[in-house]
This record gives sequence, C-alpha cells and structure tokens, in this order.
Amino acid sequence: MSMVRMGRMLALMLFVPVAAGAARLNIACGSVGQEQELCRQGAEAWARQTGNEVSLVSVPTDAGQQLTMFQQLLAAGGSDIDVFRIDVVWPGIVGPFFIDLRPYFPEAERAAFFPALMRNNTVDGRLVAIPWFVDAGLLYYRKDLLEKYQQRPPDTWQALARTAKGVLEGEHRAGQVRLTGFVFQGKAYEGLTCNALEWVDSFGGGTFVDAQGQVTLDNPRAVEAVSFIASLMGNVVPPGVLSYEEEGARGVFQSGNAVFMRNWPYAWALANSAESPVRGKVGVMALPRGGPEGRSVGTLGGWQLGVSRFSTQPELAVQLVKFLTSAEEQKRRALVASFNPTRVALYRDPDILRANPFMGSLAETFANAVARPTVTGAKYNQVSADIRNAVHATLSGRGSAQENLRKAQQKLVRLSRGGRW
Amino acid sequence: MVTASHRGGASVLARQRARAAWVFLLPTLVGIALVAGWPLARTVGFSFTDARLTDLSAARFVGLESFLSVLEDPDWWTAVWTTVRFALVSVLLESVLGMGIALVLHRRFAGRGLVRAAVLVPWAIPTVVSAKMWAWMFHDVYGVINAVLLRLGLLSEPLAWTAEPSLAFWAVVMVDVWKATPFMALLLLAALQLLPEDVYEAARLDGAGPLLAFFRITLPLVKGPLMVAALFRLLDALRVFDVFYVLTGGGSETQPMAGYARQWMFEFQELGVGSAAATLLVLLIALLTAVYLVLGRVRLDVGES
Repeated sequence: MSMVRMGRMLALMLFVPVAAGAARLNIACGSVGQEQELCRQGAEAWARQTGNEVSLVSVPTDAGQQLTMFQQLLAAGGSDIDVFRIDVVWPGIVGPFFIDLRPYFPEAERAAFFPALMRNNTVDGRLVAIPWFVDAGLLYYRKDLLEKYQQRPPDTWQALARTAKGVLEGEHRAGQVRLTGFVFQGKAYEGLTCNALEWVDSFGGGTFVDAQGQVTLDNPRAVEAVSFIASLMGNVVPPGVLSYEEEGARGVFQSGNAVFMRNWPYAWALANSAESPVRGKVGVMALPRGGPEGRSVGTLGGWQLGVSRFSTQPELAVQLVKFLTSAEEQKRRALVASFNPTRVALYRDPDILRANPFMGSLAETFANAVARPTVTGAKYNQVSADIRNAVHATLSGRGSAQENLRKAQQKLVRLSRGGRW
Repeated sequence: MVTASHRGGASVLARQRARAAWVFLLPTLVGIALVAGWPLARTVGFSFTDARLTDLSAARFVGLESFLSVLEDPDWWTAVWTTVRFALVSVLLESVLGMGIALVLHRRFAGRGLVRAAVLVPWAIPTVVSAKMWAWMFHDVYGVINAVLLRLGLLSEPLAWTAEPSLAFWAVVMVDVWKATPFMALLLLAALQLLPEDVYEAARLDGAGPLLAFFRITLPLVKGPLMVAALFRLLDALRVFDVFYVLTGGGSETQPMAGYARQWMFEFQELGVGSAAATLLVLLIALLTAVYLVLGRVRLDVGES
C-alpha cells in the first residue's frame, strides 16, 4: 500500500467527513470499548439527515487526561471542538465554558431524564449539559466456573473472596495457572476513586466527604473496607490491577483469565460479542455488600453532552446534542453496546430489557447509586487524587489502611478550609 | 606608535567581526526568546500568583505562597527523590553500557557500519511510542517479559512490572537505559576515534594489557567528552516526564517532578502552584548542573583556547 493511501486511510479513521454540507461540527466523544464507533454512527446519521459534516476528535481513554486536554483548550478559548462529552463530576469544573441549554430544552423535555442527573448538570441555575448515558459499577462473574464448583454468585465481598479462592484452587490444580480471582480498576486514577467509594460505602464507611462538606474519610468502617481489599492482593487479586484502567481489567476478564470483574455496564455487550472467548459464560449483578450489615453500592458514573461557549455554530451543535440524546438514538446505543439510557421511560422498553437483562434492575441501582463527593466543587480532582493515592499505597503494601487514610484525611481537612471548600 | 595603530586597526576589525556575529546570531536569539524565554518568564511570573486555569484574568500576586505550598507537600519531596534517583541511576548505567558498546563498535569487524546504524534505532523511536511498547511487554498477564522469565524458570509467578512502585521504578529505568544508551555510545565512539593509535602501540611495547591500557590511557583521554555526554543525559533525565507518564500513569509514589507540576497545573487547575513547582525544577536543574561542572571540572568551551 502506498504511503499516500495509508495516510489517507489514517486521516479517514481520525476525521470522518460525512457529506459535503454547509457546516462542519467537531465532537469529542469517548474512546473506551465501542464508544468511538457508536458515536461515529450516531453523528453520521445526524449529518446525513441534516446535510452537515461531523468530525470526531480523538481523546485519551483516561478520563483525567481528557479533562486536562479539554481544560487547556477551553481556557485558551479554542473553538476546535463544538460538542464535548463530559463526566458526571465535571459540570462544576467546565460549566462556565458551556452554554446554557435550558432555552433549547423546554420543561416537558427536561422531565424525561433522570432528575438526579439533570440536577447534577445544573450549575448556578444553568443547564450546562444533557445526560447521554448513565453508569454504575457492576460485578461481572464467570457463570460456568461458579457452576462447575457449585458456588452461588457472592452477595458480600467476603463471599466473593471465598468463592474466588475455591475456584482458583481447583483451576490452578487443573493447570489453568493464568486464572486470577478478581480484577478491577486499580491504577492511581479516577477509576480507583470510584472503586474505593464502592468498597467504603458498602462497608458503611460513608462517601469520603459528607453532604455538608465535612471530611469523613478516616473512620473504622472505611479502614476495614480498604484493609479487606488489600488483604486480597496477591492471592485473589493479581498485583497487576494496580496498573489497570477499565480496558486493562476487561482485557484480562474477557480473555478468560479472571473469575470476577468490577466494571461499568459497557463491558456486558463486549463480553458477549461474537469474538469474545467468554461469550455466554458471563453473569452480571450488583456489587457485593460489605458484610451482612453492609449495603450494595455502585458508584454513579455517566457522561453528558455540552456545547462549548466558543463554538462558532452553537445552534447547530445543540441540534446534534438533541439528536444524540434522543430516545431513538439512546435505544440504539443500549441495544448495540449496552449503554444505559438517561431517559427513564426506556427502562420499560421490552427490546432493551431483552438485550440487557440487567438493565431493569439497574434503574433501581441508579436510584441507590452513590455519587462522588462533588460538594468539593472545583477542588474535586485534588480530593480524588489524595484518596486514590492513599488507597493505591495501601493496595501496593506501602503502609496500612489506617495510616494512609489518616494522612489523606489530614490533607483533605486542610484543603477544605473547615468544610467550606 | 606602530603597535598602537596596529592594535587600533585590529580592534576595528574585531569590533566589526563581533557586530557581524551578533547580526547573524540575532534571528536565533529572537527565536529562543520567543519559544523558550517567553514561556519560561510567564511560568516564573505565574508562580508568584494564585492563578487558576479556569480564569487567568483573576490571578492575584501572592508572593512566595505557592512556593511554600509546594515545599510543604510531602508528595513534592517524593517526586524530587524519585527524579534525582532516576537521573543518577539511569545516567550511570547508560555511561557504563555506552562505553562498553562504544569499545566494541570501535574495533574493526565485518558489517560494522550496519551495526552502528542499527544500534541507533531505540534512540530514533519517540519516547511515548517506545514507552507504550514496553508497557505491553511488561504486562503482567500477557506481557512477553513475564512469559520469557517464566519459561526460563527465573520467576515462579508473573510480576506486575509497572504496577508495584518498587518494581515500576526499575521498569522505567530499564526503558530509559534501553533508549538512551545508543546516544551515549555514539558520542563516546566519536571520542574514541580521535585517540592516537601510537600511544596504544607504545603501551603494548611497554607490556601493558588491554585492561591497564583502558584505565590508564582510554579513560583519561575520553573523560572530557564522557562528562559532557553524561551532563546532556543528566539534564534530560531530570526533566523526565513521558516515560513515567506512559508506564506508571500518575500515582504519587512514581511521579517525577515534571509530572507533579503537570498535575497541579492542569489536573488541579492550580496554575500558580504548578508554575512554582516547574520553577523549582528549573532551579534544581541549574543547581545540579553547576555542581556537576565544578566538581567534574568539565569545560564546555573546549576549542576556544
């Protein structure tokens, strides 16, 4: 193949000109799993309908790196990207750079979305983004292996550890030496904060910072939760998780090398795709409780679409957002790639429930999902960094949970200026 | 009288030459001022303010407050220690290995030209690309390094090379050594080729073995170029960012100083504090360079006199 043709193909992969039309929009959507492809299809469909052009901008997979890239672009007043896909914890950080969408979405239309998400996306009375899909942490497990060893899906973290140990013992003896027990997102990045929140809150240890802004990180239940997961390192949990993001964990689980995995719902469609080695062998359920008195907790995640204040075609960009968050498009995304709709009515759609058996119960999980402490406002990233560093240090055997959480607590208290943030 | 007029004439010529030199240098100086001087000055300027990335116009002068908050942060000192340790260890390894490779390449053998070119390949690959490549090779479940070590019986179970902070440090050093040793080897090879052959012949006649010849003749003669090459690498290593970022990804235990500055500037949006960290990094590099030049008695203006 000639260099020119290769170059042209590369360019096509990065920027997808759809139809020669009047206007051209740039959208930055995700690149984890099938997201890029799904986004491209949706944007293309809109472009065909309206006779415009849409280009996809490639973004890093790590959400923190994405935010960094967006921040630099927006702080410089750049108009390179019209529509941004933003994380559920970002409205407070990037909100000032986005236009108010309330005039474009009348009351009746706003009511169709999960109210909690709409509240989350409203900053100082301005609706800065429309919920696109919603997430919560889930537990994936190998149905076939659990059946083989006559184990039931675990409802507590302790049961998960026992079950994993039993399965590993048997499989290792049978020569499956690469099999590990439980993988999750353990790299020191935002994903670890989400995992840690699930462990701590499921043990009754609170949400790091309470609704009033007081730091609650250092408490006996939180220490118990982090200590428990740390005790699994090296026997149930492979040390490699300390460098895994979402896709790192999915790679191990989907290649058949793990019994349990904590991940977001997007992994369901991929684990059951035609080329997946574990196709048809996977079960999915809510995350375990932290012991008999604990509760089952999934961290609330999800992504929204907002329009940049610096966009040269804001009206058109809003149209694209409307199209991508419409009921039809959200249904398509749920069927093809198990993205959870943000419109309440879709959770009663029989087609969606058939393709994603777990989604019916997820509507409830979203109601119970625990939000990250966004009361910390623009300082959220610092809060998250201190928490995940403390947890990462504990998991990698540097200091006890008690010491590390106490140190992080002190840092956060200083940062919070007495809970005022 | 003659001497005076002669001197006067020479100084006119010298002045003309100096003026011409400045004229020719001017575009370069303007270029450096624009692309290096201005950003540096702005960074230093920001480090005395409480600037936030979201709204630069609201920045206020706060004196040394940002510097103090960096110096009080234990994470900063972890980063300093990580960076200095990384720079010393990797430059030492690169110098020793580079010298070994240069000595081999200095000998005459068939296909020497090809080998010399091939050795440079790691240096030619962009760091981000090679670091990502190594990240896959280091992977704990499907990485080739674990597979080979397990097959050879050197490991009983796979190691998480980039995950555990103690291992991750050495993984980063390994990638840096792999990448920068060729550079070192090439500079040393150039130095070796300038050495006079007759000195070695005389040494041989006096009955000196190859080891003695290396330590008594080669090493003292290439000391100057070796120190300069090591200095280049040291400066590079102290401002390291990409290898760490790709391989270990931001945990506070495996973060170089440049990573710390990036995190505060962009992830936390505290441009003031981040700039203070970046300024401290520049000062530290300047300080270490000065110490190195004085202690090593390295001259950078060789050829002038």
